[in-house]
Amino acid sequence: MKQFTFFIRKEFLHLWRDRRTMLILFGMPIMQILIFGFALTNEVKNARIAVLDFSKDNTSRGIIDEMNASRYFDVGLYLSQPAELERAFQSGTVKLAVVFPSDFQYDLLHGNQATVQLIADATDPNVATTLSNYATGIIMDYQAAQRGAQPLPLSIKTEFRMLYNPQLKGSYNFVPGVMAMVLMLVCAMMTSISIVREKEMGTMEVILVSPIVPIRVVIAKMVPYLILSAANIGSILLLSVFVLDVPIQGNLVLLVSECLLFTITALSLGLLISSVANSQQVAMLISLMGLFLPTVMLSGFMFPVENMPIALQVISNIVPAKWFYYIVRNVMIKGLTFDYVWKETLILAGMTLFFMVVSVKKFKTRLE
Amino acid sequence: MNREVAISVRELTKRFGDFTAVNAITFDVMQGEIFGFLGANGAGKTTAMRMLCGLSFPTSGSATVGGYDLATDPEKIKRSIGYMSQKFSLYDDLSIVENIRYYGGIYGLSDREIKDKTDQLLHTLHLEDQAKAMTGSLPLGWKQKIAFSVAMVHQPKVVFLDEPTGGVDPVTRREFWTMIYEAAHAGTTVFVTTHYMDEAEYCDRVCIMVDGRIEALDTPDRLKDQFKSANMEGVFIQLARKATRTDG
Repeated sequence: MKQFTFFIRKEFLHLWRDRRTMLILFGMPIMQILIFGFALTNEVKNARIAVLDFSKDNTSRGIIDEMNASRYFDVGLYLSQPAELERAFQSGTVKLAVVFPSDFQYDLLHGNQATVQLIADATDPNVATTLSNYATGIIMDYQAAQRGAQPLPLSIKTEFRMLYNPQLKGSYNFVPGVMAMVLMLVCAMMTSISIVREKEMGTMEVILVSPIVPIRVVIAKMVPYLILSAANIGSILLLSVFVLDVPIQGNLVLLVSECLLFTITALSLGLLISSVANSQQVAMLISLMGLFLPTVMLSGFMFPVENMPIALQVISNIVPAKWFYYIVRNVMIKGLTFDYVWKETLILAGMTLFFMVVSVKKFKTRLE
Repeated sequence: MNREVAISVRELTKRFGDFTAVNAITFDVMQGEIFGFLGANGAGKTTAMRMLCGLSFPTSGSATVGGYDLATDPEKIKRSIGYMSQKFSLYDDLSIVENIRYYGGIYGLSDREIKDKTDQLLHTLHLEDQAKAMTGSLPLGWKQKIAFSVAMVHQPKVVFLDEPTGGVDPVTRREFWTMIYEAAHAGTTVFVTTHYMDEAEYCDRVCIMVDGRIEALDTPDRLKDQFKSANMEGVFIQLARKATRTDG
């Protein structure tokens, strides 16, 4: 047991002496959370729109005012003829145009049905969809408010409610994703690199010649990164609650335990990589290509798994981050209890156990 | 002289697929002896040493190290040997004292013993004022001397040195060999591989491997008589020419 503490102390010294790496390990999650939170967002704020109003009546002006007032749009351009539309879009300054036909109010009042045309710049389909949804929403709201004043006997109203994330914030989505990414990078990559470095330096031979039990070497290697990850989990959660206003709906103890489980998954994956790789570069490449990319691409955090081709959907099941992402989203955002995520937790725990057993078996006591 | 046998090797063989790296070698090394292990690159000397250290499984044959059987008591062997590889075996980003403490720690020395050893080692190597310096900042010769002292920190019965003086200047090599003599004098068996023929002269007995076999094993003087050569270099070249294997 005493040998063990000497080993852990040594690992901490390595980490402590390598200030640059330590700065990256602590700084990275904070940077990622801030970048994802403020820069890389799917939300559209203050998009410039153009208005082509042939009707110029109370209703059309009312709708335009509503749009201008909302934080999604800025009416930046008032056009007078359709030919100007093309130019407005080509200049790239306008993302959406709203066109009111000349008999808009007349149709509305006499025919009970009027049409507004929304023209969106669909070079970025996501933005186009988001903008037209926002615009539709504003028009619906305006209509509902009007209708409230003079109720019609027959009308079908569609009502949307955005559950769990009423403001449609992107942060709700990426906080669990960033957590998965950071834990994968810190634990898997750093553990594998630190073990492979000993192989490269020749110090691994000295360890293997010594009476220290190999499994203890492995565990000692993991301890500093486990602690580091716990600190990172803490900083991510604090940032998301206090800076990004993403509340933790579920049980904090459950959430943190799930995070620690995933940390151990990542650590054992790192160990597995280190038993295959013979140089630090190879270890880093395998971690990036084999762990980091699937975590980003297939966990459902960037691209919804349901929209993927069947083959990728099947593959995504073996990506541990997918399960972790699901669990964290449900516990943290939806506030679900363990009863709802026990299956996913079991799958993750099973994977962890599997990787652990394989990698400890593969960790060679003797270098052949 | 009636001394105890420290290393006993019988028909030890290592094959990698079709390639026989070490071919049924047999020899004994006495306690307190400096045993030189020579051979061209690829002759199999590192493989042989690695088997004796427990880093590699023998394909066949048997060996005892420090009185323990390689096949049945590898853990006891580990406690009674020291090892220093041709690659530098200390951590560059730890200070000298931290390196000593770490290696002392994994060999199960008590805090008291570690402290005494550290003081003693810094004193003998005249490194008192460098105690907190990062090992990486020291010259190679110093590092090798510290690495040797660290390999000896738990007073092993046998110490294995794999080309310990590679790339070190002649003066430091001389000093290094003084340390080896002192260790042997104190009763430690020194098993050393080298490419330097002047170092071969310093050994009590020398074993020359060619193509995985032992071609010669005797004291440097008797080998020189046998091969009618003025120095070990001549002996080595005569034997190494027989090699059919190329560098590898």
